[in-house]
Amino acid sequence: MDRELILDVRDVSYRYPGAVSDALAGVSLAVAAGEVHAVLGPNGSGKTTLVRVALGLAPPAAGRAAILGRPAAAWSRRDLARVVGVVTQREDHLFPQRVRETVLLGRYARLSLWGAERAEDHAAVERALARCDVSALAHRWIWTLSGGEYQRVRLARALAQEPRLLVLDEPTASLDVRHEMQLFELVRALADRDGLAVLLITHHVNLAARFADRVLLLADGRPAGDGAPADVLTRETVERVFAWPVSIASFEGRPQMIPLRKKEDRT
Amino acid sequence: MRWLGLVVVVACALALAVVLGPAHVPLADLATSDVVRSLRLPRALLAFLVGGSLALAGAGLQALVRNPLADPSLLGLSGGAGLGAVLAIALHVSSPWALPLAAFAGALGAMALVYRLGLVGGAELDPRVLILAGVAVGAFTAAVTTALVSLSDAAELRNAFLWLWGGLSGASWDSVLLLCVYAPLPIAVLLAAARPLDLLALGEEPARHLGADVESVKRRVYVAASLLTAAAVAVSGVIGFVGLVIPHAMRLLWGHRHRPLLPAAFLGGGALLLLSDTVARVAVAPRELQVGIVTALIGVPVFVLLLRRWTAN
Repeated sequence: MDRELILDVRDVSYRYPGAVSDALAGVSLAVAAGEVHAVLGPNGSGKTTLVRVALGLAPPAAGRAAILGRPAAAWSRRDLARVVGVVTQREDHLFPQRVRETVLLGRYARLSLWGAERAEDHAAVERALARCDVSALAHRWIWTLSGGEYQRVRLARALAQEPRLLVLDEPTASLDVRHEMQLFELVRALADRDGLAVLLITHHVNLAARFADRVLLLADGRPAGDGAPADVLTRETVERVFAWPVSIASFEGRPQMIPLRKKEDRT
Repeated sequence: MRWLGLVVVVACALALAVVLGPAHVPLADLATSDVVRSLRLPRALLAFLVGGSLALAGAGLQALVRNPLADPSLLGLSGGAGLGAVLAIALHVSSPWALPLAAFAGALGAMALVYRLGLVGGAELDPRVLILAGVAVGAFTAAVTTALVSLSDAAELRNAFLWLWGGLSGASWDSVLLLCVYAPLPIAVLLAAARPLDLLALGEEPARHLGADVESVKRRVYVAASLLTAAAVAVSGVIGFVGLVIPHAMRLLWGHRHRPLLPAAFLGGGALLLLSDTVARVAVAPRELQVGIVTALIGVPVFVLLLRRWTAN
């Protein structure tokens, strides 16, 4: 079955104003419906810049980025928000909010200027809350949530946008194992059952290897490999990109990385 | 229920402003009294419009600069208005509209300068720089104003200061009409920005991903709030506190979503200034208090009460 291509980034380069070198050079990325595509790389390797270029927030110096066949820069923010939902690394809470309120913000791009929220908007919010298993938290204040609950609420807000593509930027950065696994299982299910295209930015090599269909490995803004986890995450490549000796094991057919201790530390 | 309560408060404030005053007008003669028709009624309407404008501008600015303690007076507009008024008097421009017009021009000049400085970092309006620029422009205009005053004929310039801090005593049907024609556009722009302001409270990047055109929202809110404040300062001088305390009080009652908050702030601000101005006229009659003093005296205890209730929950 040929799956619909949602995000198509071809050979893009980007340089921040005033910088001496490219933050991205010759990077390509294609994400189809029902597919989880992970972008892996050390800190500062250009993962977040790639997302900005892919979503039309930074114009590429070379190459092109297209969403549903239309150049990323040609989308208005409003139209794009109906197609792409993003869970950013950070957000502020200037004013206190309840869970249902913040998820309702996901409907913004589908509301008219003066009109109130319609029944279908509230229905979409309830569906998103249920999908992320946070319906029971709907009346809670955001600040009372645990880290795992909070991330699932933010994911619910992105789902309330009813997007085709979901972009997650380090969604499990400060979560413990259980919440991390819960969130990744949920993301996998969103791709498998709901047919969402998922772009997952992370530096968790092992989780990406177990949950993603494809991984793009970035090093200094340049592609160091793109393909099935087993093809990309070889010992040589991972050691080179992360600048640390590792051993690669295979678990359930997926590569798993074990970082090695330095030789002189062992007795 | 809350909306009904707020409308009742506004109606009572309006009724009190018309009925009470240093001159005794029997209730039966209210409709025919010249004092009511040419003095109290236009003054009451002006107080409502000015108070509402200041509170609405304050609520918008707090979300824009991402600081709940922001107040329209932080924008440097009052300083610009004062400088304009003092200049007009120093240059002996004399016509009934000279002072408000000069004050308005001064406020617009200050706004343009602050806006330009807010863009210093690049093409995007930086809210943090905006506050600093407002404070800097305010300090600069205050310095120039003081220099003008100290170098000039004291009697004349005293007039400028009295006018600038003089509250609503210059109200007339003309100023009410002028504001009724002028204010609806910036008010509509601010009300239309209600939902994007909710998104902006999450930060600029999340707001963009949720579909808000962040740069355009910031510019529209800044310009609309400044235009409202400039007009309010031009017709009534500097009135502090309404733009700070009313949005906060309304947040406690209506929550933080701007769609109900902004109209509630407008009505609440109007009611507070109506009541304050009535007190200012009546309390030490036949003399008048400055309405800014009264807004602070009424506003602070109300604020403390609401704050206690809020923290108790």
